Amino acid sequence: MALLQLSEPGQSAAPHQHRLAVGIDLGTTNSLVATVRNGIAVCLNDHDGKAMLPSVVRYQADGSVVVGREAALAQTRDPRNTIASVKRFMGRGLKDVTHIESTPYDFVDAPGMVKLRTVVGPRSPVEVSAEILKVLRARAEASLGGELTGAVITVPAYFDDAQRQATKDAASLAGLNVLRLLNEPTAAAIAYGLDNAAEGVYAVYDLGGGTFDISILRLSKGVFEVLATNGDAALGGDDFDHRLFCWCLDRAQIAPPSAMDVRRLLGKAREAKELLSHTEEAAVACQLDSGEAVNLTVSRKVFSEITTNLVRKTLAPLRKALRDAGLKPEDIKGVVMVGGATRMPHVQRAVAEFFGQEPLTNLDPDRVVALGAAKQANALAGNRSADEDWLLLDVIPLSLGLETMGGLSEKVIPRNSTIPVARAQEFTTYKDGQTAMAFHVVQGERELVSDCRSLARFELRGIPPMVAGAARIRVTFQVDADGLLSVSAREMSSGVEASVMVKPSYGLTDEEIAGMLRSGYDHAGDDMSARALREQQVEASRLVEATRQALADDGGLLDDAERAKVEALVAQLEETARGSDLAAIKRGVSTLNKGTEHFASLRMDKSIRSALAGQKIDELEV
Amino acid sequence: MSIDLHKDYFDLFGLPRTFRIDKAALERSYLGLQQQVHPDRHAHLPDADKRRALQWATRVNEAFQTLKRPLSRARYLLELAGVDAGLETNTAMSPAFLMEQMEWREAVGDASDAADLDALEALHRRLRHHAQEIEGALAAALDDDADHEAAAETVRRLMFLDKLDQEIEDALAALES
Repeated sequence: MALLQLSEPGQSAAPHQHRLAVGIDLGTTNSLVATVRNGIAVCLNDHDGKAMLPSVVRYQADGSVVVGREAALAQTRDPRNTIASVKRFMGRGLKDVTHIESTPYDFVDAPGMVKLRTVVGPRSPVEVSAEILKVLRARAEASLGGELTGAVITVPAYFDDAQRQATKDAASLAGLNVLRLLNEPTAAAIAYGLDNAAEGVYAVYDLGGGTFDISILRLSKGVFEVLATNGDAALGGDDFDHRLFCWCLDRAQIAPPSAMDVRRLLGKAREAKELLSHTEEAAVACQLDSGEAVNLTVSRKVFSEITTNLVRKTLAPLRKALRDAGLKPEDIKGVVMVGGATRMPHVQRAVAEFFGQEPLTNLDPDRVVALGAAKQANALAGNRSADEDWLLLDVIPLSLGLETMGGLSEKVIPRNSTIPVARAQEFTTYKDGQTAMAFHVVQGERELVSDCRSLARFELRGIPPMVAGAARIRVTFQVDADGLLSVSAREMSSGVEASVMVKPSYGLTDEEIAGMLRSGYDHAGDDMSARALREQQVEASRLVEATRQALADDGGLLDDAERAKVEALVAQLEETARGSDLAAIKRGVSTLNKGTEHFASLRMDKSIRSALAGQKIDELEV
Repeated sequence: MSIDLHKDYFDLFGLPRTFRIDKAALERSYLGLQQQVHPDRHAHLPDADKRRALQWATRVNEAFQTLKRPLSRARYLLELAGVDAGLETNTAMSPAFLMEQMEWREAVGDASDAADLDALEALHRRLRHHAQEIEGALAAALDDDADHEAAAETVRRLMFLDKLDQEIEDALAALES
């Protein structure tokens, strides 16, 4: 049901009109979309009143795509074309995928990231994820009654740069404007912290379908400061299913099952696992295509025993995160449990034992991430009210570095650095007359480059010939607020500037995304150019509105001539955007962006001055 | 009037340029600045504002990290004073100090070979205590005596300890996983 938004009498809707923004939890097993309505975060339901969308995508021979429960039901019937838990493959090469033998998929090892061969051709995990996001986007737009300004998409805190970039690409492919990538445990902390006015140091233990995160946060006067994060990007509820599945195979003494039977038995194992959170015993019974029958009973005790090493695997990251934060288990005021897999009693017991206190379970572990993301989306879209004056300071989970001689990794930005962060390091040439230099950017804690994730390789060319050791090449790493890295290199000693900017290599190029978009629309019979025009118009109106708001708030910082100039650019772009000249609208957007540079720096100065004035007042009060 | 993105970190946080620092004031000031400049505060604004926010928030984080830790704060103070601490070139330390370092290293090596968590923790505590003493000397050299040469020497010693601290942390992390 779409709700109309009414503005208060005497208040104009613009420029402070409510912008439609959502938080999306793109999960391994289930995905959700939530928004803030009348100041309260709520999950948006589908037609059947269900908030959770199973993260399952089925490609059919006629080109149609089915997502969600219907697709999940087809898993045993059509396992190869029905992709579940695709999040495990995001930004991953073939060698990184665990338990590959028990997935029914036909993998193609593409550079950087695997693809899955389906009846409609190879599909990358980015495309599969985009199908899930498209459904959630459509649900949100139908429910909210308008086009979305933007979305916050959550990612596991321990996701590396490749996995983050892949997630962002999937969102772009689904036509979403990504306001921010937000770490899942941080999202949960926002939802929990704001609802309970929590203060102190909290741990968020997030065991999802395919990923495990632990984050330690300090909550103080509306600031959510992540002190340390750790985890395992390939450990989750799926592994518990798999353990039980292997136990069943072993017990039932059956021949290696077909892809369909694997799906069937894995499904039964999952059902039994979920049941065991409430009962002492559960049955795993099914008839296989091979003619064999599985008829087993598993007790809670046995299940706990065969999965105890998985639970133990979560404790090492816990210790590491605490050590990085410089804290002991007893320093933690509360432990927030997130993710469906934390419903398992032996997981709760292990966490309680580790921290010496019962974890907090007064929130829905399936929804809390989406709700926190919705609050963040609402704030980022500019809808925050005066009492929502909170701030989030997050970190990068894994160190970023460069390969040096001997295949060793030289860390440039250490793990758990607060973002945004930039760090520069200088290098020099080792041969006389050397005019080019090769760089290899890696992520991870291990000393050997071969044990780290390779993010990008690039070369700096055009270094003026000098004697060895005379050139000064400054390499700068910048990590933005989404936790995404960009790297630039520049020769400093000569007047000549050679500079290169790279985005890590595994992600899709802009052309690839454009190509995918195009093929999507070709298929749907949509008009690509009309779509591009529409998107550029939306972009233009977003900028017009943002600039108007800036003028309304801080127009006084400009003198009359400057203000008139900006206003003229705004009016001009608004006019151009009503037309259908795509190139002209693009130009207008870029001109207005450039034309507000000075205004932006004045506004920033004002903000900083007010922060400094705030300090003076604080000092007087003390 | 534009506020200089490159002004010194102490000015940025409204703090006096000293080694002894009011940690609570530093933190308050840091959070106050981030409340204003963080990209999340500018996400709904034009691209120019977003770029500016990214630059500023990056700068404020860098400034905070530098002033928060005693070693980086001391190095920064020497840099501001135009003193070349000779951190990369001057490695000539007193024989007594080097002997002490070797003893530390041996103890850490023995404890981690024996997988002795308690011994490592004890070494860690002792090292931290020792570092605090050196920081006291550093405060006197920098704030009271303005003796940059002595400060530079103390900073070099502190760097050895910092490296050792990192090694103990790594050994502990390796034992725990």
